[in-house]
Amino acid sequence: MLPPVEHELHKRRRSRNIGLLVVLLAFVVLVFGLSVVKITQGDMMQGYDHRPRASMLPKDPSPSAPNDAPVAAPGTPAAEQGAAQEGSQ
Amino acid sequence: MADINAYEGPAEAGFGDYVALLKPRVMSLVVFTAFVGLWIAPQPVNPFVAFCAVLFIALGGGASGALNMWYDADIDAVMKRTAGRPVPAGRVTSDEALALGIALSGLSVMMLGLAANWFAAGFLAFTIFFYAVVYTIWLKRSTPQNIVIGGAAGAFPPMIGWACATGGIGIESLLMFALIFFWTPPHFWALALFMKDDYSKAGVPMLTVTHGRRVTRRHIFAYTLVLAPFAIWLGFTSVGGPLYLAVSAVLNLMFIAGGWQILRRSEDQAQADGYKVEKRYFRLSLYYTFLHFLALLVQHWVGGW
Repeated sequence: MLPPVEHELHKRRRSRNIGLLVVLLAFVVLVFGLSVVKITQGDMMQGYDHRPRASMLPKDPSPSAPNDAPVAAPGTPAAEQGAAQEGSQ
Repeated sequence: MADINAYEGPAEAGFGDYVALLKPRVMSLVVFTAFVGLWIAPQPVNPFVAFCAVLFIALGGGASGALNMWYDADIDAVMKRTAGRPVPAGRVTSDEALALGIALSGLSVMMLGLAANWFAAGFLAFTIFFYAVVYTIWLKRSTPQNIVIGGAAGAFPPMIGWACATGGIGIESLLMFALIFFWTPPHFWALALFMKDDYSKAGVPMLTVTHGRRVTRRHIFAYTLVLAPFAIWLGFTSVGGPLYLAVSAVLNLMFIAGGWQILRRSEDQAQADGYKVEKRYFRLSLYYTFLHFLALLVQHWVGGW
């Protein structure tokens, strides 16, 4: 086997390879950092995907209070009574 | 003595040659003005997002520099000042410069859109197009007003920075544009007066060659006069303040006085003292933009009107 010969050409090639490595690593760090910042700021992370989603709706400024009244099981007399009441209203 | 080289052929490019394609010295001006435009805008920007935005604006500027070196390799090879650039020196092929320019243009625009907003990204794309196509390919070789139009490309970065923060354009960003736009021609013409570049040999119409040095001196003074009101006007907007106004007034008085001196001199006088006044004016022009934008930054820090 021939002994390895270090030529100036190899030095330049190495400078290019190391430079590209540094640039790519820096790019990864940059994109990761941007993601962290955007998510912690609560930015919208998804655009419109041709399909409506609940997360895209504007926030309701006055959400209606949850109804705590017991709900009757369907088919029971109480449920029929409730349906009749709603129908008469 | 004969040189025997077994590796005859295109030289291998080092990493620095690709960096040189991006014109790092031009980039430093882009970085500074874009940062000031972004930072003094009324909407605050997250520091990391601001850093990324300025970086991608600079990368877009570098991409247009690479496209410029791809197209202008024939001119660059003729002129002494530019003959050592990577493409005319044969270290990087012009195809590589073109590929790097296009790839970085796309990357910088996409990343600016994701980091800031798509208005700023579109603005950056327009700036790259303007410098690479309108200036380099179209106008540089056809009109002595090439410097004036090329100046517009250099004047966009603070507007892009402003757009990153606000998502639009304001009177302040337009005035920052005007500040660089009207500053560029006298800056470069003063350089052309004493550098005596071989533009005519390269076939680039420079005002000094096409219309003579007398006319160039008149143009320098005229632009200095046009520039001053815009610089002062910026001091009365929301980004201005007493500090900026004071700095701007002093710098503009000095700039007008320098332009007046250049106008009054004949070519013989200039040659006799080795273009002393022109060189001083050129140095002053470098401080002129730097100190204006620095004053904007400090004014923002201490609070404006």
